[in-house]
Parts: sequence; structure tokens; C-alpha cells
Amino acid sequence: MNTAHTSSTRFSPADIEKIRADFPILKIRVKDHPLVYLDNANTSQKPQCVIDALKEYYQDYNANIHRAVYEISERATAAYEASRTRVAQFLNASGNNEIVFVKGTTEAINLVAQSYGRPRLKPGDEVLITALEHHSNIVPWQLVCEQTGATLRVAPINLQGEVIVEEYERALSEKTKIVAVGHISNALGTINPIADMIAKAHAVGAVVLIDGAQAAPHTPIDVQALDCDFYAFSSHKIYGPTGLGVLYGKKALLEAMPPYQGGGEMIKWVSFEKTLYQDPPYKFEAGTQHIEGAIGLKVALDYLCHLGLDAIGHYEQELLYYATNLAREHRLNIIGEALHKASILSFTLDNIHAHDVGTILNHYGIAVRAGHHCALPVMEFFHVPATLRASFSFYNTKSEIDCLFEALRKTREMFK
Amino acid sequence: MNHDELSELYQEVIMEHNHHPRNYGVLPNANHQAAGFNPLCGDRINLKLNIDQDDKITAIMFEGNGCAISIASASLLTEMVQGKPVAEAYGLFEQFHELLTGKTVNTASLGKLTVLAGVNAFPARVKCATLAWHTLKAALADDASTVSTETGNDL
Ligand SMILES: Cc1ncc(COP(=O)(O)O)c(C=O)c1O
Repeated sequence: MNTAHTSSTRFSPADIEKIRADFPILKIRVKDHPLVYLDNANTSQKPQCVIDALKEYYQDYNANIHRAVYEISERATAAYEASRTRVAQFLNASGNNEIVFVKGTTEAINLVAQSYGRPRLKPGDEVLITALEHHSNIVPWQLVCEQTGATLRVAPINLQGEVIVEEYERALSEKTKIVAVGHISNALGTINPIADMIAKAHAVGAVVLIDGAQAAPHTPIDVQALDCDFYAFSSHKIYGPTGLGVLYGKKALLEAMPPYQGGGEMIKWVSFEKTLYQDPPYKFEAGTQHIEGAIGLKVALDYLCHLGLDAIGHYEQELLYYATNLAREHRLNIIGEALHKASILSFTLDNIHAHDVGTILNHYGIAVRAGHHCALPVMEFFHVPATLRASFSFYNTKSEIDCLFEALRKTREMFK
Repeated sequence: MNHDELSELYQEVIMEHNHHPRNYGVLPNANHQAAGFNPLCGDRINLKLNIDQDDKITAIMFEGNGCAISIASASLLTEMVQGKPVAEAYGLFEQFHELLTGKTVNTASLGKLTVLAGVNAFPARVKCATLAWHTLKAALADDASTVSTETGNDL
């Protein structure tokens, strides 16, 4: 790794400066101001090493995988499969064949809903989610419930934006076949007590999918220790390329599931009478895959692990604490004050609509998300049409947070 | 230059209409109405109006919540179309739309609506400014379903 800095457990300001230099986009200017990118929960920026890896693939060994006997194809295949190994290690899966490459978290959840859920669910069965979920962990379950006659249940949240654990437990019964829970809420930053939630779901015999889209970039994940049945995340939120995601599934479950899509690569043998499918994970990877995406993801995970997820976690919590204190000082209306939170600050500013604020912040070069964050039920619960959301990464700084609050002060002036 | 763009967008007139929207409330005994929703922003507008036998808009009121641009635009709309024949209202929308998308138009007939011209520097906000107009169109057409800015019609 060329961009090595530190694996100690805390970053110094000098470390952060060096890390920032790894991300070329942080040098651009927007509206005559340096870009202040605080929309990391939406998508993350890419370090130079990831950008270089994509370029190298296209320049040096662009070829399809698993199909050819010539050298560059073998090299591409090896790089693609090395990424699967890297992801398995990152999640502490027990084997490579438990890692399926998909388009993103959304596709991973749809795959499980359709391949695991649809053949098994019957009228009277229940799928349990929480009131914190992203639309992509709601709609696939609504669809499969419509298709099968199963019932979708929702565990409620409290005013801090935490799942009410007692209610979650009460909602579980022997009718519950699938539990699908976000590890970290993208709208509020709440970290769910998933280890406990998984154990409780297993106690009634349910299978558990964890939507890890927001968690994978911030916290170490051990799918074996968690004992979750499925875990999903997106490459683009973890400093890797867009258009790629990961579905982890326990081997026995993946083996028992029918394919999600049919096509090339996912078969052992095709005739018009009968087709034999590949074993997992290939059974679920029909057609030409996002080869450079997987190659880039490996580099991103190497980069992240080199920095150290512990150090990243500490630093991001420091940024969250700093921003939260400023938000209180400035009397922002913070939405979501869970005890355990990732570096996401959702808020509203007086009665000024989030989109007006977002437009004005953009004029100071500040990128935040203004909207419902694909979590309309969460917005409804808090009776707000939209919030502003600043989400921090390890490449952000306290002085960028100061810029945000200075711009918010100016916004207030304008709307006085 | 940037700040000019920003102050052009949030002109005093717009801020004032946002704080004190005209014709705000529920029109009793309306004979046309529609609801508009912008799923990107969560802006919602309910528009009620009365059209007489000569196809003239005799009364119009709105309520809802949304960003300053959408509220100010709705407020200005109600002022502009009040007392006008329906056909003229359609025509205004067309011209207003061209104004927002940066096409040159005869600003004289647009009157006060020209204060929203600054929106054209903010493509992401054009939908906020047109929400009320789409809603008006639906109300005139007696389209009972909620109109959405995301149904792939023009913008
Ligand atoms: C919690 C959560 N789940 C799922 C998704 C969907 O991820 P993707 O759009 O990459 O499929 C997101 C992304 O916004 C998310 O934040």
C-alpha cells in the first residue's frame, strides 16, 4: 500500500492531513469555496488507490472472468476472486462461497426476499422489520408479503430514535420467519443492538438479515460472532466503486435457495430439458459481473483496514461529539438522539425548510443531504417533511464542521 | 457572483411571500381542487378554486408546507391567476416554465412571477417552483389523484 499512514488506535491531526491527501476530490472547490463533503452516508469519496486500481484494470488486464484461458482473463479472474476472499475476511465469514457479489445493498435484500423468502413464506407467516428502516429494507419485504400472503410487522421506535427492544421482542413469535434490521440507521445514525436482536429472533426460529449499508464503513463486523444469517452492504458507501454490493449468507442457506436471476455464469450445464446450476456464490452471479467494482472494493477494504477501523471509529465519534455540541449551542433541532450513534447528525433549523438550507449551504461549498433520506416513515414519526443530515467520515475535520455551523448562522440571518 | 445568484433566488419578495403567503387556507365551496406532492423535497400543496360559467377563476386558495420557493411560488400563483380565464392561466404556466428553464420569454406578461427567474440557476429547485402550477393544472383538469413532480412529465 502506497498510502500507508497509521494503524495506531488514534489519529493525530497530521494523520488526518495525510489521509485527506489520499482523496483527490477533497482538493476541488465549489462556488469558490473548498468542498466540504458531509454527505458520506449517501456515498463516500474514493481514495487515489481505488481510482488507480480501476484504471489499472482497464489499461492492463481488461477481460471477462471465468471464461477464458488467456493470460489477462486469468489475471482478471484472480483479482475478482481475491476481492471475494478479502470481503470474506473483512466480515469474518467462514468461507468465500458465502460471499455473493450483487449490485448493492438494495439488490442483496431483494435477492434474499425473492430467493429465500418467496418460496417459503405462506399466509400467516410474518416478516419483522423496524420503524428505522431505509426504503430498500421495507419495499422488498412488502413485495414478497404481497406475493405470498405473509404479513409485514414493524417494531416501533422511541423519541430518541431507538428501536424499543421490548416491543421488538413482543412482535417476535413462532410466526416470525424473517427478521430484517438495519445495523445503523441512515436517517438518524442509531446503532441497533443487533447481536441481541439476532439472538432473540433465532430463539423463535426466524432467519435474520442485517442491512449493513451504514455500518460496514464505520465498525468492524464479525458475521460469525453476530451469527446473522445474511448481511448486506454497498461498496460505494465504503470508499469503493459504485454499482457493487455484497451479500453474505450462511452456506447452508445459500445452497438451499433457488437462483435469483438466470443467465450465463450461473450454470453448470444447460439443455432445453434441464439446467444444472452452479454452487453458491456463482449460482447468484448471473451474467458478466462488475469486475472492476470488485477489484476496487478490495483495494478500498485494504485501505480502510490499514487505517484501522478502531482508529476510524474513535475519530468519527469525536467529530460527532463536536458537531452535536455545536448543534446544541446553536439550538438546532436534533432528530435522533440515540445513546449509541454513528457519525450522523440529522437536524432541522428553526422553521426553515431543509431544501432551502441545503441550497444555501451549497453556496458555501458544503454538501449535506436535505430530504427524507429514503426513510419516509422515520420522517413521519418525527413529524418533519425532511431533515438536514451531516454525516462524517474519517477525512472530515473539526474546521469543516465549523464551516457548516458558520454557514448555518448565515442561513438564519437570511431567513430572519 | 455566487452570492448574487443566491440573493437572486431568495429575493425579498420571495422571502416575504414565504413568511406571509397570500390566499392561504381552505376555500369553502370550491368547485375544483387538487393536491400536489414533490417526493424529492416532501413539499405538499392543496389547491382549491372556483371557476364560473365563463371559465374564469373567481377564487383560489392554497395550503401546504414546503420550502420557501414552493410556498412563495404558490402564493404568487394565487395572486396571478385570480380573476383570469382558465386559458390564460395555462398560458402563464407555459411562459413561467420557460422562464425557469432559462428560455427567453416576454417577461411583461409574467408580472410578479419574474421574481422566480433566479430559480433557473438552481436546476434542482425548479420542481419546487413548478409544484403549485402542476397542481393548478391538475385542479383545472379535475384530476383527483395527487400530482407528483416525479411522474416524468416535463421536468
Ligand atoms: C441503511 C441503508 N440501507 C440500504 C441502502 C441502499 O443502498 P444502495 O442504494 O447502495 O443499494 C442505503 C443507502 O442509502 C442505506 O443507507
